[in-house]
Amino acid sequence: MTKLYQGATGDWEAVIGLEIHAQVISESKLFSGASTAFGADPNTQVSFVCAAMPGMLPVINEECVRQAVRTGLAMGCKINLRSIFDRKNYFYADLPQGYQISQFKDPIVGEGHVRIDLEDGSTKDIGVERLHLEQDAGKSMHDQHPTMTYVDLNRSGVALMEIVSKPDMRTPEEAGAYFRKIRSLVRYAGTCDGNMDQGSMRADVNVSVRRPGEPLGTRTETKNVNSIRYVMMVVESEIRRQIDVLEDGGKIDQETRLFDVATGTTRTMRSKEEAHDYRYFPDPDLLPLEFSQEFVDELAKDMPELADAKKDRFVAALHISPYNAGVLVAEKESADYFEALLAATVTKSGKPLSELGTLVANWVIGDLFGALKKLGVGITKSPVSIDHASELLCLQIDGTISGRIAKEVFENMLESGKSPEAIVEEKGLKQVSDTGEIEAMIDEILAANADKVAEYRGGKDKLYGFFVGQVMKQTGGKANPQVVNQLLRPKLDG
Amino acid sequence: MSELTKMTLSAARDALHKGEISAVEITKAHLAAIEDAKELNSYIMVTDDQALEMAAKADDMIKGGNAKGMTGIPIGIKDLYCTKGVHSQTASHILDGFKPEYESTVTANLWADGAVMLGKTNMDEFAMGSSNENSYYGPVKNPWRAVGSDKDTVPGGSSGGSAAAVAADISIATTGTDTGGSIRQPASFTGLVGLKPTYGRCSRWGMIAFASSLDQAGPLTKTVRDAAIMIESMAGFDPKDSTSINIPVPNYEAALSGDIRGLKVGVPKEYRVDGMPAEIEKLWQQGINWLKDAGADVVDISLPHTKYALPTYYIVAPAECSSNLARYDGVKYGLRVNGNSLDDMYKKTRAEGFGDEVRRRILIGTYVLSAGYYDAYYLKAQKVRTLIAGDFKAAYEKCDVILTPTAPSAAFNLGEKVSDPISMYLNDVFTVPASLAGLPGISVPAGLSAEGLPLGLQLIGQAFGEEQLLRVAEVLESAASFKEKPAKWWGEKA
Repeated sequence: MTKLYQGATGDWEAVIGLEIHAQVISESKLFSGASTAFGADPNTQVSFVCAAMPGMLPVINEECVRQAVRTGLAMGCKINLRSIFDRKNYFYADLPQGYQISQFKDPIVGEGHVRIDLEDGSTKDIGVERLHLEQDAGKSMHDQHPTMTYVDLNRSGVALMEIVSKPDMRTPEEAGAYFRKIRSLVRYAGTCDGNMDQGSMRADVNVSVRRPGEPLGTRTETKNVNSIRYVMMVVESEIRRQIDVLEDGGKIDQETRLFDVATGTTRTMRSKEEAHDYRYFPDPDLLPLEFSQEFVDELAKDMPELADAKKDRFVAALHISPYNAGVLVAEKESADYFEALLAATVTKSGKPLSELGTLVANWVIGDLFGALKKLGVGITKSPVSIDHASELLCLQIDGTISGRIAKEVFENMLESGKSPEAIVEEKGLKQVSDTGEIEAMIDEILAANADKVAEYRGGKDKLYGFFVGQVMKQTGGKANPQVVNQLLRPKLDG
Repeated sequence: MSELTKMTLSAARDALHKGEISAVEITKAHLAAIEDAKELNSYIMVTDDQALEMAAKADDMIKGGNAKGMTGIPIGIKDLYCTKGVHSQTASHILDGFKPEYESTVTANLWADGAVMLGKTNMDEFAMGSSNENSYYGPVKNPWRAVGSDKDTVPGGSSGGSAAAVAADISIATTGTDTGGSIRQPASFTGLVGLKPTYGRCSRWGMIAFASSLDQAGPLTKTVRDAAIMIESMAGFDPKDSTSINIPVPNYEAALSGDIRGLKVGVPKEYRVDGMPAEIEKLWQQGINWLKDAGADVVDISLPHTKYALPTYYIVAPAECSSNLARYDGVKYGLRVNGNSLDDMYKKTRAEGFGDEVRRRILIGTYVLSAGYYDAYYLKAQKVRTLIAGDFKAAYEKCDVILTPTAPSAAFNLGEKVSDPISMYLNDVFTVPASLAGLPGISVPAGLSAEGLPLGLQLIGQAFGEEQLLRVAEVLESAASFKEKPAKWWGEKA
């Protein structure tokens, strides 16, 4: 079911495509040995090649090639064993060569598709047209001097993967889910860190609208959108704007637009007439990029497990619910934390994985995520180490503390940073499992509440909870609930 | 002038190795000769102090028993090569003041072998030209003048300064670069040996690019043996140049056996162009006879696409140049002419910084790569280029080496063709096909025109067939026995 947008004159359908620029994780740039580390002082990571000094030549960085292939594999795309680097010619102060080395006709990665998860639990396949490698430009800084522009070439020559989708998306939600999915894939594959605030990922958003069943409308391209939320905002505002223009009898110009974060809308950057003629042609400084199928197979063999496969495994092997599994794998760091915690808990408790999956997953999603959200930190900044967390879970598994006490201990751990064992010891929170002690207590309670016992035996089953509550009250919540049940039920049912 | 400046490279090498002369001595003799020949304008920059330092080091190398073929040999370097800390401007205004922080691979190879740099030689700006009249530093005068004439002739181009320097005995040898004939044609005009090796034989790293898919380094020398010695030092695989080929550099001098019996020399009928002077036709026939007399078999061959070579070259080379020269934009180094906006600064800088011929080729190149023209020009030219390479491949099924004239005329007068670019371009008609096919070519002085100006014959070899090419060239050279020198009209009268 395609979502339609209602206009004053009838229904409209939106067609959305994304070009995602993802910075390759690599020590050095695409065609030079200069470092790619983020945050260095301006112009400190610039080689003669990145500064386009006369006579300098590009040499392909093989790791960037491997990263592009890995990304292609992660997206299930065709890997092209022969691809060509082209020059995209235009003048700008932060483009030292006067051209960007990119791939135009023959990209390194061809068609494939990715599956996106939608909020209603459904999934949709979005086609990937291609992925190509290209150089990033430098950065122009217009705010450093009243009349001059400063240029920082640290980014100049850094490898980018441009991932071009097919125009398969129809709603802002789908566009957001697709962007999120690509981010997840590259992060799992270890090919891009996905840090949008550092510019490691950004999208050019193509939007057009049409009457259902009609041919494609004229599209606009909104450049450099750097968050999932903004992508959704751009799509939403472009759909609305285009419908308004068309319904007012106007026409959409094929143009490049910019997103204004402050207003949440887009505005014209340059029209089709002002569009560059990039004069693409094969870069004569570089040979065609060729590698063997064995090279690809080798990389495929060493590919890390990706989110979809991980989710399936969590469900099948660990008996975690599909929903929870989805939550855990959404971010690679969460999945990593969960798996590390599970492994540590298995080691400490001696119990099999399959028995502990649900317990650990529930704790991570319920207790840990809740706490992190309150603290406003990500899982990599978790104040609770894997070691302490697994210790806490083991105390629960071996019956030293109950689930309720565990929550109390966890609160304390967050505040004090102490180990759960130390907290349990210090506060005397150990669960009472001694049957003799509990039995004596039960006898006392039953004796003191003979009327209630009679009522219970007369059919008022709900009073069972009252007796359990009394035991817990007397032990300060430390009585082992299982032991209490084992002893209490036969005595009451007597 | 000193006899030291009359020496061939091989003779100087032998004398240096034997301790009969010192590197400092021969360097000083050349520096004095350069001073005396200023009016030729063949050097843009003379590096006296550096030359003497390098010569002293070369003498130490020889004394230490580490002498190589080039040790202590004073040479001029075409201004197109980046030489660390020294004027490297491809004779262009746009690179005003540019002194690279790096040394080109080819010159670094020469210095590692102990060669001595006398200075930077004049050339057509960005290697674009066939007469050396396109230099920001003014035209170079050919030491040769027609008999009984006091008119200046051109030394050919673009390596005109390099050619004039060797012809005038103010350098034992020089480096040139050849894109469409820029070593071979000046060699022909000045009575020298000029070798353009196979594309990929010498590294282009640190050579200021004109047309990347064609540019090759090579020597201009007094003899074929000299060329063999010098190219061995210049050549070699360079991982910094992706188009450099990783095959070992042979001992070229050892290939000069003088024996070409049974070798098949191809004579392409398509090189008998309309309007070719009879004396060149005659010289060509003489060359055929010389090689026959030496025991070679002469076979008629056909290179059917020859007539398309020049137009193809004048699409491919400008296309690449229009992109390669985009980096000269006033932003990073060299000339900047301020403007009231970035675009204005670009326009003013490039208008002032580039000469007429460079601007002409940038315009042509920009045009042939433009949307709508790319297929008709650039793409078509690439296809024809493939056909031209195919012609040679087919020809080499029937022969081992090809003999042609080097240029369609002897040196012409200064100023004679400056206003007629087409007639200027026709100078390259015999040299351009081998360039497009990436094949090695060598011009050997073979005789004098009726006016008493040198004429060369060109041998075209198979890819990486420099040994065979040099062997045949030496046989041709000794048969021609060209011993003439230009009558000295410059400087102090001898």
